[in-house]
Amino acid sequence: MKKKLTSVPFHDTPEKKAALEALIAEYKGTAGALMPILQNAQDIYGYLPVEVQKTIADGLDIPVSEVFGVATFYSQFMLNPKGEHPINICLGTACYVKGSGKLMEKMEELLGIEAGSLTPDLKFSLDATRCIGACGLAPVLTIGEDVYGRLEPSMLEGILAKYQ
Amino acid sequence: MKSLNELQAIKEKMQDKVFAKSGIRVVVGMATCGIAAGARPVLAALVDGVAKAGIGERVSVKQTGCIGICQYEPVVEVHEPGKEKVTYVKMTAEKAQKVIEQHLVGGQIVEEYTIGAITNAGDAVKPTTLTGTRFFKKQCRVALRNCGLIDPENIDEYIATDGYFALAKVLREMTPEDVIKTMLDSGLRGRGGGGFPTGRKWSFARASVSDKKYVVCNADEGDPGAFMDRSVLEGDPNSVLEAMAIAGYAIGADEGWIYVRAEYPIAVKRLNIAIAQAREYGLLGKDIFGTGFNFDIHIRLGAGAFVCGEETALLTSIEGNRGEPRLRPPFPAVKGLWGKPTIVNNVETFANIAQIIMKGADWFAAMGTERSKGTKVFALGGKINNTGLVEIPMGTTLREIVEEIGGGVPNGKKFKAAQTGGPSGGCIPASLIDTPIDYDNLIKIGSMMGSGGLIVMDEDTCMVDLAKFFLEFIVDESCGKCAPCRIGTVRMLEILNKITSGNGEMEDLDRLEELANYVKNASLCGLGQTAPNPVLSTLRNFRDEYVAHIKEKRCPAGVCKNLLSYEIVADKCKKCHMCAKVCPAGAISGQVKEIHSIDKTKCIKCGACFDTCKFGAIIKK
Repeated sequence: MKKKLTSVPFHDTPEKKAALEALIAEYKGTAGALMPILQNAQDIYGYLPVEVQKTIADGLDIPVSEVFGVATFYSQFMLNPKGEHPINICLGTACYVKGSGKLMEKMEELLGIEAGSLTPDLKFSLDATRCIGACGLAPVLTIGEDVYGRLEPSMLEGILAKYQ
Repeated sequence: MKSLNELQAIKEKMQDKVFAKSGIRVVVGMATCGIAAGARPVLAALVDGVAKAGIGERVSVKQTGCIGICQYEPVVEVHEPGKEKVTYVKMTAEKAQKVIEQHLVGGQIVEEYTIGAITNAGDAVKPTTLTGTRFFKKQCRVALRNCGLIDPENIDEYIATDGYFALAKVLREMTPEDVIKTMLDSGLRGRGGGGFPTGRKWSFARASVSDKKYVVCNADEGDPGAFMDRSVLEGDPNSVLEAMAIAGYAIGADEGWIYVRAEYPIAVKRLNIAIAQAREYGLLGKDIFGTGFNFDIHIRLGAGAFVCGEETALLTSIEGNRGEPRLRPPFPAVKGLWGKPTIVNNVETFANIAQIIMKGADWFAAMGTERSKGTKVFALGGKINNTGLVEIPMGTTLREIVEEIGGGVPNGKKFKAAQTGGPSGGCIPASLIDTPIDYDNLIKIGSMMGSGGLIVMDEDTCMVDLAKFFLEFIVDESCGKCAPCRIGTVRMLEILNKITSGNGEMEDLDRLEELANYVKNASLCGLGQTAPNPVLSTLRNFRDEYVAHIKEKRCPAGVCKNLLSYEIVADKCKKCHMCAKVCPAGAISGQVKEIHSIDKTKCIKCGACFDTCKFGAIIKK
């Protein structure tokens, strides 16, 4: 599946940076080190921003294209960060005819972001999803593990408030 | 540990406990499925309750691996000296309390919680023990021998079941050639799917001359629906480590790698514990048993790519690259990991090896059919009463698996077909239900053993939709290196989509078959070469269903949405208005106390009304 680069600006912290450098130092010189480095780097940052991939490439003295190639090959490597509360709005047929398109518009307006991205405070990420099999509750959205159904755009503000 | 005597001493010390020779032993199934079903609080309740009841002296409570009866988790088994074990199913912390009071303290089995009372396994006499059920009677546990018996996080318990005695025997009494001959004589074939004779693989690697060789364990179990490798790693990790060391001795390797999916965190944790304990005992590392043989094992995690289950892709991935397969030959036994001779064996294959060494090649070869020896573990799932992990001798018929072990198809539906081999396999139609299951028979009828997923389907399963499901999976997972697989599978999927959406033509079937054969013959690796199997085998066995989709624009099983229509049967309608309420498209007209009807032009075929109607007044056709 094709992976999209993130539009979220990269936030580094001295702690994360030090952890990444220590990680690279630990594995440098070990054969086949790239996969475990990427796995651990993803644990540190929550995803694999291009900046981190560049640091890894420099540290291992390999082209960044090689790092990018591996990061995009495996489905567990994420180029996009997820919010603390990932929101998925169902755009399956049943939900769509019940107005989930309007839910999406309203949600984008409330969060001030587009589908497929993340709020600057890293709290919410917003995505469209295919049918989740809850057509009787259409239109449906999920926030983390919670499912909300029979929604009107006016209800979204109240729902988001629970996660603030 | 430098001597057999030390190993023997641990075995003797632990045997009493593991086999409940004196005290009572209570085990809780704590594999991933057990934990997900709520085994942790049950274990905690048992540990606390036993301590509070003051019976800790004579009752030990331990965690163990997968007991095999997935749908009845959490499972607790009570082993008492001289008695049949008792199997409690669907346990909770409250039920555990009652088991402590009534059974462990009072000596009376709590019959209402036992397997016989709760399951519908079709047994005439309700058994209180798993071993007494029809589900278990035909099973024969070799690879899973310790799963559900020992604590996987305690190497001493493994040693109590003769663990590491096979390694001691090999290092002290056998030459590498003897070991390979034993493997050849046993007839063991690779359990990962291909079925290549293990002894031959080892002899090729033995014959390769090199300063360095590797033993690799393929634990990248990617077939959706198969989980026997996870169960072995979670329930008996030491059996894999021991076998890898034996393989190392046989081929002349001193280093092993286990490539395990990152989706199996509990397996990874228990492997790490087992490796640390084995190193501490000197069962891995330098100069094992004072014989001068060195062997150590490392773990590498996968990152979610199905193709990495293919052996050359797996090696490329361990080397830190995109997991793309390499052309064979040269085979890994000649040029494998980092260009050195390597054997790659699957987890279940390794799980058989120590037993073959201990009990002999003849013992193993006595089980199974002429060309497929021993047992095979299947993950039994789909439309079947008893889902779970079953280990049966090769040559057991599909009928025995479905009707006896599986307890038949639920809700009085008819058995239609069984799918083996996952996305690489095919289906076995009801007409071939008496086929003895082994490697060669499955190939002959157009399927393959695969890693051992066995999905049962009833009359409600659409075979075209099933083929489409597997092909979608393959399209997602194709690595893209070779054109036949990358492009061919996408083209095949387009044709299937055309057929299931009601736009198919009869010529599409010929195109599909032609394309399938190109992909099969021209792809680089096993993934592409087997990818058309689900399509080819459904085309062969269920061609009439394809034809119905094309000529009559009808899905006989009522699955393919675009070919369905929903209707309300007027004399069954109770006028309750529930269907109209749930309809997301406003396609149902009628008020309370009126007979309702569906406007087919507005209906989006989501099925919400069908699921809601309690009176069976809505039909799909």
